[in-house]
Amino acid sequence: MSSLLQDYLPVVIFIGVSAFIGLALLVAPFLVAFGRPDPEKMSAYECGFNAFDDARMKFDVRFYLVAILFIIFDLEVAFLFPWAITFGELGNFGFWSMMVFLAVLTIGFVYEWKKGALEWD
Amino acid sequence: MTETTWFDTLIQVLIIVAQSLALLVGLLIIVAYVLLADRKIWAAVQLRRGPNVVGPFGLFQSFADLIKFVLKEPVIPDGANKGVFLLAPFVTCLLALAAWAVVPIDAGWVVADINVGVLYIFAISSLGVYGTIMAGWASNSKYPFLSALRAAAQMVSYEVSIGFVIVTVLLCAGSLNLSAIVEAQNTSWGILGWYWLPLFPMFVIFFISALAETNRPPFDLGEAESELVAGFMVEYGSTPYMMFMLGEYVAIMTMCALTAILFMGGWLPPVPIAPFTWVPGIVWFLLKVLLVFFMFAMVKAMVPRYRYDQLMRLGWKVFLPISLAMVVIVASVLHFTGLAAAGG
Repeated sequence: MSSLLQDYLPVVIFIGVSAFIGLALLVAPFLVAFGRPDPEKMSAYECGFNAFDDARMKFDVRFYLVAILFIIFDLEVAFLFPWAITFGELGNFGFWSMMVFLAVLTIGFVYEWKKGALEWD
Repeated sequence: MTETTWFDTLIQVLIIVAQSLALLVGLLIIVAYVLLADRKIWAAVQLRRGPNVVGPFGLFQSFADLIKFVLKEPVIPDGANKGVFLLAPFVTCLLALAAWAVVPIDAGWVVADINVGVLYIFAISSLGVYGTIMAGWASNSKYPFLSALRAAAQMVSYEVSIGFVIVTVLLCAGSLNLSAIVEAQNTSWGILGWYWLPLFPMFVIFFISALAETNRPPFDLGEAESELVAGFMVEYGSTPYMMFMLGEYVAIMTMCALTAILFMGGWLPPVPIAPFTWVPGIVWFLLKVLLVFFMFAMVKAMVPRYRYDQLMRLGWKVFLPISLAMVVIVASVLHFTGLAAAGG
């Protein structure tokens, strides 16, 4: 277990160093820059008038649909990774079981295509 | 005994910190010049000169920009959710940089030689969408909100086809370690043995998906200035804005590096004979990354922007079926020709 964790120590340290660089950049202007706030500067951007209401409004459900479809396919990709790595050792059984799985997935994909889940107009 | 092991650990940690700093500083300097190159190439295509005032040929332009950004007043809108508003550029920048922990720039030159390198980069670049979403939501302004929705849907759509493309490479290489993937392309055939040739359609799909994944033109729908002003970055100024740009360009460099590693043999010389093998691997790696970036820059300069429905159609109805089919085809070819060597 310790050797496994040791492999990941550099990743943690690297992220730490990147976080330090990012934080330094983020904080710098608050320390050095000259600030003079006024109400116009602090208001949200709008094309020449004050914003009518809160900007977090209703949005198209298709964005949500895309996110759902993404989860299905991304999980499937994550499922394919270990299969692809050990492909040479799996033989016939491993090959055909994954082909069946992909076929089932393709049926689902064809269904959602026919249902119009992928239409944007 | 415990004293020495603690001392050894400390030395080890310090070495890793030094390596990380060296890689990050080198990366940031390269990004500074890549940004300049991007502007110069764009200008050259439009018969302009591009930045040419700061230093000879404008070579110090990016550093002048850095100083300008740091000296600008940071504005946080009154309606914004302040914590998330500042966290968004930080997350974008941090995640973009973090991906480089596993990228091998030469044989053995990698900060973290973990055995799931590809999965790590895949995960980190998936998380990149959070920076965009947080910026769009926290700004409490209409343009950033719409832009964040668009950009998020776009990034996740192309993430899928990138995933399938990577699977085909993994089928051929048999490892998730980026160094091992490069070594798997090390044949006596040189440039003809790299994966861009047998997997050429995937190479093309990967390149185009990488453009969409990093919100590069012609797929920069998230910041389409003709309709959304500056997209999710409208409310940002000063270094928070710079960190978005930095994160974007570092992510582009990551995608270029990934293209070089997966399809163009990483640090391997194009012809495996004497004069070429003398050149250090890092030079080849850098040349390949810059070549891919040059293509990124030329596409930005020459191709008109896509419409959003065209973008989604391309991602879901063209790239996804093709890459899914190619996974099956590559697996079948490897299986029935017996090319799939045990253990890669």
